[in-house]
Amino acid sequence: MVAIRPAQASDLSAISALDERLTGFSKPAYWQDMLAPERHFLVAESDRGALAGFIAGEVRAWEFGQPAAGWVFAIQVDPKTRLKGVGTALFEALAARFRQAGVTRLRTLVDRKDHLILSFFRAQGMVAGPSLQLDMELP
Amino acid sequence: MKLQTATRLGLYATLELARDPERTLSAADLAERFGVSSHHLAKVLRTLATAGLVQGGRGAAGGYRFIGNRRRTTLMDIVALFEPAPGSRAKEPGEDTEIGGALQRVLTEIDEIAEATLRSVSLETMLKHPM
Repeated sequence: MVAIRPAQASDLSAISALDERLTGFSKPAYWQDMLAPERHFLVAESDRGALAGFIAGEVRAWEFGQPAAGWVFAIQVDPKTRLKGVGTALFEALAARFRQAGVTRLRTLVDRKDHLILSFFRAQGMVAGPSLQLDMELP
Repeated sequence: MKLQTATRLGLYATLELARDPERTLSAADLAERFGVSSHHLAKVLRTLATAGLVQGGRGAAGGYRFIGNRRRTTLMDIVALFEPAPGSRAKEPGEDTEIGGALQRVLTEIDEIAEATLRSVSLETMLKHPM
Protein backbone atom coordinates (compact mmCIF):
# COMPACT_ATOMS: atom_id res chain seq x y z
CA MET A 1 0.00 0.00 0.00
CA VAL A 2 1.07 3.57 -0.54
CA ALA A 3 0.34 6.75 1.38
CA ILE A 4 -0.53 9.94 -0.50
CA ARG A 5 0.67 13.24 0.98
CA PRO A 6 1.60 16.74 -0.27
CA ALA A 7 5.07 16.98 -1.77
CA GLN A 8 7.75 18.85 0.19
CA ALA A 9 11.03 20.45 -0.79
CA SER A 10 12.81 17.35 0.55
CA ASP A 11 10.99 15.20 -2.08
CA LEU A 12 12.24 17.23 -5.04
CA SER A 13 15.43 15.32 -5.74
CA ALA A 14 13.60 11.95 -5.79
CA ILE A 15 10.78 13.41 -7.94
CA SER A 16 13.24 14.95 -10.35
CA ALA A 17 15.26 11.73 -10.58
CA LEU A 18 12.18 9.55 -11.22
CA ASP A 19 10.91 11.94 -13.89
CA GLU A 20 14.30 12.17 -15.58
CA ARG A 21 14.61 8.38 -15.60
CA LEU A 22 11.19 8.08 -17.33
CA THR A 23 11.27 11.06 -19.70
CA GLY A 24 14.97 11.61 -20.32
CA PHE A 25 14.63 15.31 -19.40
CA SER A 26 16.02 16.90 -16.27
CA LYS A 27 13.81 19.80 -15.10
CA PRO A 28 14.40 20.48 -11.37
CA ALA A 29 13.29 24.15 -11.62
CA TYR A 30 9.92 23.03 -13.04
CA TRP A 31 9.31 20.66 -10.12
CA GLN A 32 10.42 23.36 -7.67
CA ASP A 33 7.73 25.67 -9.15
CA MET A 34 5.10 22.97 -8.57
CA LEU A 35 5.53 23.51 -4.81
CA ALA A 36 3.84 26.95 -5.18
CA PRO A 37 0.91 27.26 -2.74
CA GLU A 38 -1.78 27.52 -5.46
CA ARG A 39 -0.67 24.19 -6.94
CA HIS A 40 -1.47 20.68 -5.84
CA PHE A 41 1.64 18.54 -5.81
CA LEU A 42 1.19 15.10 -4.24
CA VAL A 43 3.49 12.15 -3.77
CA ALA A 44 2.81 8.46 -3.21
CA GLU A 45 5.13 6.94 -0.66
CA SER A 46 5.68 3.22 -0.08
CA ASP A 47 5.54 1.92 3.49
CA ARG A 48 9.36 1.95 3.45
CA GLY A 49 9.29 5.67 2.71
CA ALA A 50 10.40 5.41 -0.93
CA LEU A 51 8.85 7.57 -3.66
CA ALA A 52 6.39 5.44 -5.67
CA GLY A 53 4.98 8.26 -7.80
CA PHE A 54 3.72 11.82 -7.93
CA ILE A 55 1.02 13.99 -9.50
CA ALA A 56 0.84 17.74 -10.03
CA GLY A 57 -2.04 19.99 -10.96
CA GLU A 58 -3.81 23.28 -10.43
CA VAL A 59 -7.27 24.83 -10.68
CA ARG A 60 -7.22 27.34 -13.55
CA ALA A 61 -10.15 29.48 -14.70
CA TRP A 62 -10.64 30.84 -18.24
CA GLU A 63 -7.51 29.16 -19.54
CA PHE A 64 -8.13 28.93 -23.33
CA GLY A 65 -11.60 30.39 -22.78
CA GLN A 66 -12.78 27.48 -20.60
CA PRO A 67 -14.45 27.90 -17.18
CA ALA A 68 -12.57 26.74 -14.08
CA ALA A 69 -11.26 23.18 -14.19
CA GLY A 70 -8.65 21.17 -12.36
CA TRP A 71 -5.69 20.64 -14.67
CA VAL A 72 -3.40 17.66 -14.31
CA PHE A 73 0.05 18.83 -15.40
CA ALA A 74 2.03 15.68 -14.71
CA ILE A 75 1.78 12.19 -13.29
CA GLN A 76 4.54 9.60 -13.00
CA VAL A 77 4.66 6.23 -11.30
CA ASP A 78 7.80 4.20 -10.65
CA PRO A 79 7.66 1.30 -13.16
CA LYS A 80 8.52 -1.09 -10.28
CA THR A 81 5.22 -0.27 -8.57
CA ARG A 82 3.01 -0.10 -11.68
CA LEU A 83 -0.26 -2.05 -11.90
CA LYS A 84 -0.67 -1.74 -8.12
CA GLY A 85 -3.07 1.17 -8.17
CA VAL A 86 -0.52 3.89 -7.33
CA GLY A 87 -1.53 6.02 -10.33
CA THR A 88 -5.21 5.63 -9.54
CA ALA A 89 -4.62 6.54 -5.87
CA LEU A 90 -2.74 9.70 -6.93
CA PHE A 91 -5.40 10.59 -9.49
CA GLU A 92 -8.22 10.14 -6.98
CA ALA A 93 -6.41 12.17 -4.30
CA LEU A 94 -5.89 15.06 -6.74
CA ALA A 95 -9.52 14.82 -7.95
CA ALA A 96 -10.71 15.03 -4.31
CA ARG A 97 -8.65 18.21 -3.81
CA PHE A 98 -10.07 19.71 -6.99
CA ARG A 99 -13.60 18.95 -5.77
CA GLN A 100 -12.80 20.61 -2.44
CA ALA A 101 -11.60 23.64 -4.39
CA GLY A 102 -15.07 23.79 -5.97
CA VAL A 103 -14.44 22.60 -9.53
CA THR A 104 -16.42 19.86 -11.23
CA ARG A 105 -14.17 19.17 -14.20
CA LEU A 106 -10.71 17.67 -14.53
CA ARG A 107 -8.59 18.20 -17.61
CA THR A 108 -5.22 17.21 -18.99
CA LEU A 109 -3.15 17.10 -22.20
CA VAL A 110 -1.60 13.85 -23.37
CA ASP A 111 0.86 12.89 -26.08
CA ARG A 112 -1.37 11.02 -28.52
CA LYS A 113 1.40 8.51 -29.25
CA ASP A 114 1.76 7.68 -25.54
CA HIS A 115 -0.80 4.89 -25.36
CA LEU A 116 0.10 3.94 -21.79
CA ILE A 117 -0.82 7.29 -20.26
CA LEU A 118 -3.78 7.76 -22.64
CA SER A 119 -5.16 4.38 -21.55
CA PHE A 120 -4.61 5.28 -17.90
CA PHE A 121 -6.68 8.47 -18.12
CA ARG A 122 -9.34 6.66 -20.19
CA ALA A 123 -9.56 3.98 -17.51
CA GLN A 124 -10.32 6.75 -14.99
CA GLY A 125 -13.33 7.65 -17.15
CA MET A 126 -11.82 10.58 -19.05
CA VAL A 127 -12.90 11.19 -22.66
CA ALA A 128 -11.89 13.71 -25.37
CA GLY A 129 -12.48 17.24 -24.06
CA PRO A 130 -13.90 20.28 -25.86
CA SER A 131 -10.53 21.62 -27.08
CA LEU A 132 -8.14 20.53 -29.78
CA GLN A 133 -4.49 21.27 -29.21
CA LEU A 134 -2.70 22.92 -32.14
CA ASP A 135 0.94 23.76 -32.57
CA MET A 136 3.61 24.70 -35.11
CA GLU A 137 7.30 25.18 -35.54
CA LEU A 138 8.00 28.94 -35.47
CA PRO A 139 9.29 30.08 -38.83
CA MET B 1 -15.92 7.67 -38.50
CA LYS B 2 -17.30 4.89 -40.66
CA LEU B 3 -16.37 1.31 -39.79
CA GLN B 4 -16.90 -1.63 -42.10
CA THR B 5 -19.79 -3.89 -41.11
CA ALA B 6 -17.43 -6.73 -40.10
CA THR B 7 -15.52 -4.35 -37.79
CA ARG B 8 -18.68 -3.17 -36.09
CA LEU B 9 -19.88 -6.77 -35.64
CA GLY B 10 -16.46 -7.75 -34.29
CA LEU B 11 -16.67 -4.97 -31.69
CA TYR B 12 -20.26 -5.85 -30.76
CA ALA B 13 -19.47 -9.55 -30.38
CA THR B 14 -16.22 -9.05 -28.44
CA LEU B 15 -17.71 -6.52 -26.03
CA GLU B 16 -20.88 -8.54 -25.47
CA LEU B 17 -18.89 -11.72 -24.75
CA ALA B 18 -16.32 -9.84 -22.63
CA ARG B 19 -19.10 -8.51 -20.37
CA ASP B 20 -19.22 -11.97 -18.81
CA PRO B 21 -16.37 -14.31 -19.78
CA GLU B 22 -18.17 -17.24 -18.08
CA ARG B 23 -21.09 -16.94 -20.45
CA THR B 24 -21.36 -18.77 -23.78
CA LEU B 25 -23.38 -17.28 -26.65
CA SER B 26 -23.90 -18.66 -30.16
CA ALA B 27 -23.60 -16.63 -33.36
CA ALA B 28 -27.41 -16.77 -33.56
CA ASP B 29 -27.79 -15.39 -29.98
CA LEU B 30 -25.45 -12.50 -30.77
CA ALA B 31 -27.05 -11.85 -34.17
CA GLU B 32 -30.47 -11.60 -32.56
CA ARG B 33 -29.22 -9.28 -29.83
CA PHE B 34 -27.81 -6.78 -32.35
CA GLY B 35 -30.32 -7.35 -35.14
CA VAL B 36 -27.68 -8.43 -37.67
CA SER B 37 -27.09 -11.37 -40.04
CA SER B 38 -25.98 -14.50 -38.19
CA HIS B 39 -24.13 -15.76 -41.27
CA HIS B 40 -22.02 -12.61 -41.33
CA LEU B 41 -21.50 -12.77 -37.58
CA ALA B 42 -20.35 -16.43 -37.73
CA LYS B 43 -17.53 -15.39 -40.07
CA VAL B 44 -16.57 -12.50 -37.78
CA LEU B 45 -16.49 -14.86 -34.77
CA ARG B 46 -14.10 -17.19 -36.62
CA THR B 47 -11.74 -14.24 -37.16
CA LEU B 48 -11.98 -13.33 -33.46
CA ALA B 49 -11.29 -16.98 -32.55
CA THR B 50 -8.18 -17.10 -34.78
CA ALA B 51 -6.96 -13.96 -33.01
CA GLY B 52 -7.35 -15.70 -29.64
CA LEU B 53 -10.03 -13.37 -28.32
CA VAL B 54 -12.90 -15.85 -28.25
CA GLN B 55 -13.12 -19.61 -28.16
CA GLY B 56 -15.77 -22.12 -29.05
CA GLY B 57 -18.12 -22.89 -31.84
CA ARG B 58 -18.36 -26.69 -31.70
CA GLY B 59 -20.89 -27.28 -34.49
CA ALA B 60 -23.51 -24.89 -35.81
CA ALA B 61 -25.16 -24.44 -32.39
CA GLY B 62 -21.84 -24.20 -30.53
CA GLY B 63 -21.39 -21.15 -28.40
CA TYR B 64 -18.52 -18.72 -28.05
CA ARG B 65 -16.99 -17.24 -24.94
CA PHE B 66 -14.43 -14.50 -24.37
CA ILE B 67 -10.92 -15.78 -23.53
CA GLY B 68 -8.88 -12.58 -24.06
CA ASN B 69 -7.61 -10.08 -21.52
CA ARG B 70 -10.12 -7.26 -20.98
CA ARG B 71 -7.50 -4.86 -19.64
CA ARG B 72 -4.92 -5.54 -22.35
CA THR B 73 -7.22 -5.63 -25.39
CA THR B 74 -8.07 -2.27 -26.92
CA LEU B 75 -10.73 -1.33 -29.46
CA MET B 76 -7.87 -0.87 -31.95
CA ASP B 77 -6.83 -4.52 -31.56
CA ILE B 78 -10.27 -5.55 -32.83
CA VAL B 79 -10.53 -2.84 -35.50
CA ALA B 80 -7.12 -3.92 -36.85
CA LEU B 81 -8.44 -7.46 -37.45
CA PHE B 82 -11.00 -6.19 -39.94
CA GLU B 83 -9.75 -2.87 -41.34
CA PRO B 84 -6.64 -2.43 -43.49
CA ALA B 85 -3.60 -1.27 -41.48
CA PRO B 86 -3.17 2.53 -41.67
CA GLY B 87 0.26 2.32 -43.35
CA SER B 88 -0.70 -0.35 -45.87
CA ARG B 89 -3.00 1.59 -48.19
CA ALA B 90 -2.07 2.07 -51.82
CA LYS B 91 -1.02 5.48 -53.05
CA GLU B 92 -3.93 7.49 -54.47
CA PRO B 93 -3.56 9.19 -57.86
CA GLY B 94 -2.35 12.76 -57.47
CA GLU B 95 -0.86 12.18 -54.03
CA ASP B 96 2.62 13.18 -55.23
CA THR B 97 1.48 16.67 -56.21
CA GLU B 98 1.77 19.60 -53.80
CA ILE B 99 -2.00 19.75 -53.27
CA GLY B 100 -2.30 15.97 -53.03
CA GLY B 101 0.47 15.90 -50.40
CA ALA B 102 -1.13 18.71 -48.38
CA LEU B 103 -4.51 16.92 -48.43
CA GLN B 104 -2.83 13.69 -47.40
CA ARG B 105 -1.25 15.40 -44.35
CA VAL B 106 -4.73 16.49 -43.17
CA LEU B 107 -6.15 12.98 -43.68
CA THR B 108 -3.17 11.44 -41.87
CA GLU B 109 -3.76 13.81 -38.94
CA ILE B 110 -7.36 12.58 -38.68
CA ASP B 111 -6.25 8.92 -38.89
CA GLU B 112 -3.65 9.43 -36.15
CA ILE B 113 -6.20 10.92 -33.77
CA ALA B 114 -8.69 8.14 -34.53
CA GLU B 115 -6.04 5.49 -33.96
CA ALA B 116 -4.87 7.09 -30.69
CA THR B 117 -8.47 7.09 -29.46
CA LEU B 118 -9.14 3.47 -30.41
CA ARG B 119 -5.81 2.37 -28.92
CA SER B 120 -6.47 4.12 -25.61
CA VAL B 121 -9.83 2.49 -24.89
CA SER B 122 -9.49 -1.02 -23.45
CA LEU B 123 -12.43 -3.42 -23.32
CA GLU B 124 -12.33 -2.99 -19.53
CA THR B 125 -12.62 0.80 -19.83
CA MET B 126 -15.41 0.48 -22.39
CA LEU B 127 -17.43 -1.89 -20.20
CA LYS B 128 -16.79 0.09 -17.01
CA HIS B 129 -17.61 3.54 -18.40
CA PRO B 130 -20.22 3.21 -21.16
CA MET B 131 -19.91 6.68 -22.74
